[in-house]
Amino acid sequence: MATEILMPALSPTMEEGKLAKWLVKEGDKVTSGQILAEIETDKATMEFEAVDEGTVGRILVAEGTEGVKVNTPIAVLVEEGESAGATPAPKAAPAAAPAGVAAEPAAVAATAISAPAAPAVDASPDWPAGTPMKTMTVREALREAMAEEMARDEDVYLMGEEVGEYQGAYKISQGLLDQFGPKRVIDTPITEHGFAGIAVGSAFGGLRPIVEFMTFNFAMQAIDQIINSAAKTLYMSGGQMGCPIVFRGPNGAAARVAAQHSQDYAAWYAMVPGLKVVMPYSAADAKGLLKTAIRDPNPVIFLENEILYGRSFDVPDMEGFTIPFGKAKVWREGTDVTLVSFGIGMSHTLEAADKLAAEGISAEVIDLRTLRPLDTGTVIRSVMKTNRCVTVEEGWPVCSIGNHISAVLMQEAFDWLDAPVINCTGKDVPMPYAANLEKLALVTSDEVVAAAKKVTYR
Amino acid sequence: MAARKTAAKSNTSKDELLAYYRDMLLIRRFEEKAGQLYGMGLIGGFCHLYIGQEAVVVGLEAAAEEGDKRITSYRDHGHMLACGMDPKGVMAELTGRAGGLSKGKGGSMHMFSKEKHFYGGHGIVGAQVPLGAGLAFADKYKGNGRVSFAYFGDGAANQGQIYETFNMAALWKLPVIFVIENNQYAMGTAQRRSTSTPDLYTRGEAFGIPGEVVDGMDVLAVKAAGEKAVAHCRAGDGPYILEVKTYRYRGHSMSDPAKYRTREEVQKIREERDAIEHVRELILQGKHATDDDLKAIDRDIKAIVNEAAEFSRESPEPDVSELWTDIYA
Repeated sequence: MATEILMPALSPTMEEGKLAKWLVKEGDKVTSGQILAEIETDKATMEFEAVDEGTVGRILVAEGTEGVKVNTPIAVLVEEGESAGATPAPKAAPAAAPAGVAAEPAAVAATAISAPAAPAVDASPDWPAGTPMKTMTVREALREAMAEEMARDEDVYLMGEEVGEYQGAYKISQGLLDQFGPKRVIDTPITEHGFAGIAVGSAFGGLRPIVEFMTFNFAMQAIDQIINSAAKTLYMSGGQMGCPIVFRGPNGAAARVAAQHSQDYAAWYAMVPGLKVVMPYSAADAKGLLKTAIRDPNPVIFLENEILYGRSFDVPDMEGFTIPFGKAKVWREGTDVTLVSFGIGMSHTLEAADKLAAEGISAEVIDLRTLRPLDTGTVIRSVMKTNRCVTVEEGWPVCSIGNHISAVLMQEAFDWLDAPVINCTGKDVPMPYAANLEKLALVTSDEVVAAAKKVTYR
Repeated sequence: MAARKTAAKSNTSKDELLAYYRDMLLIRRFEEKAGQLYGMGLIGGFCHLYIGQEAVVVGLEAAAEEGDKRITSYRDHGHMLACGMDPKGVMAELTGRAGGLSKGKGGSMHMFSKEKHFYGGHGIVGAQVPLGAGLAFADKYKGNGRVSFAYFGDGAANQGQIYETFNMAALWKLPVIFVIENNQYAMGTAQRRSTSTPDLYTRGEAFGIPGEVVDGMDVLAVKAAGEKAVAHCRAGDGPYILEVKTYRYRGHSMSDPAKYRTREEVQKIREERDAIEHVRELILQGKHATDDDLKAIDRDIKAIVNEAAEFSRESPEPDVSELWTDIYA
């Protein structure tokens, strides 16, 4: 049976090309893989190979012809014994292929930012009233969360630099090696890209790793594995293969460690679909959210803060305590302005709220706690009451979490706003070393107070 | 590349030879069809064909046991077919249709099958190597006796994360076989222009990982080397490196103008070193089958591939609601 040879698409963007040269002539026998012609695409001159065996019956497009549309018949191949004269006349060029550069489905174009509707507000308490409390540091809370989850599930293990024998660079894993042994508390070489990849692979293979980065600054070495391998595989596999893993460690500025060790990655990771991103402030949230992170079937970025590690908070003393993702916490109710923050930003924010109260301004303080999923519902509900909003974070100002909150409020609560939202952030500079400059680079409670006064026109 | 020497060993059965012939031919015909569908605009984006390298995966799959894992780069169609994934599902993924193995959301470079222990299909050069060691880490943790094959090319062999992985795999004695498919070109850069020392199988020496070089155009040699590597890993002796010398007949991807090598170089390998022709000769010389028997196999394979192509064209595009699914488990 005669086979039409069609003008091929030889690059992702080619729509037409020049048939530069035929390397076979009518009557030639060709085998699969043999080069038939040279074709100039929009990018380069390419060789075009035969797929089927046969004899060139007719050449339909002469060499040197320009602007030959993809899928136009350019020659006819006949099988052994078939005469070239028996070749049927070529059909008209077939309709454009259905795949290729098909238009995007119109129905989904408009809803790029928040596909499903905003989450309903869950204002339930994090633990039952009357639960006994104990005081502990954020450090102890994180350690306890890991110890409880490792005791609960054999597949959970901890991997990172100095997590074992050194007892943790910041002592978060203190005692875990003794409790769980070297099979489950694994000291790695200083090789973030490699061990992040191994941990992701082990999650594909059925384990539930906790990867400690000594700081998130070093996770930059591993960010390809975090985003391209951990975050995207569930989607790319059509739902077949998920990646239950927690990447945790201190994030943001510590004290006097300068530019390469002082960066807040909250906005970077929060941008990535497929990741969940958590940034706790209190010890109770650190414990409850880390336990949720370890149980979650998705990759979770868990951003801690070195300065907060030693701070003490009340933590509920109860079995099975966890905090769900996507639920902001209202730390302080108020009526005049909504202050939205997370992580160490909460320190400055709560301090600012005290100062504002002394001046007769009632601030509502919201701790986002998780940045993806983000509880915008609680923020919107608060702004419907206060009509003003200030966001507070230590990260840089461009493309910050505050920018995103502002955009959400513009789109979903515009009519409720009585003033533009102000984003208080770290300054748009690499972190300086000098003590006075470092202080200037960080966000302060006084800046939050000034912003709150501005939006309340005081 | 060493001249061909391996004759059929006395213990290579007729059934084995015919199975290798069939498996390699399926990959070749499938890839030729994929190239054709790409030319028709039915496959978009990047499409990296495996034509010429078929003996590598077919030989190593013959050395693997049920439950062993494999992971590779974006030149992955051959690996999927060799471990038994459905050609229809693979081809429909190439055309971006709902019937594809990733529901059309992964494409040529990103496909997976938990059932067949195939862990991708990864688009970032070298990233699959620590992932493969991680699969082995999980197997060692569980103590299940499985091994993992982590495939990468001579180009990826220059990525830093490979050596981070070699170090940890050796340190922790992970049951992983690092398979370097050396097809001699990293995209368009010949190995001699990219690589300071040519013997990639020695790249593990600094970490104490044994390695050997294998003729990748000889499926029997590949299988024998694979069996040795598997035994090493299963015995708990840690990782093993196989540098498999092979050759890619087609371009790096479909949009490769092939200006970095001569047409004669490719033609010469096709004529003198082709892995499928080699097995075909062994079968005919050993009188394991007649020319007509082999033609019948060819027809079977052609029918399977045509059926896959037909399925891949008829399967609908994914429902628009699929845009928003599978982001979180």
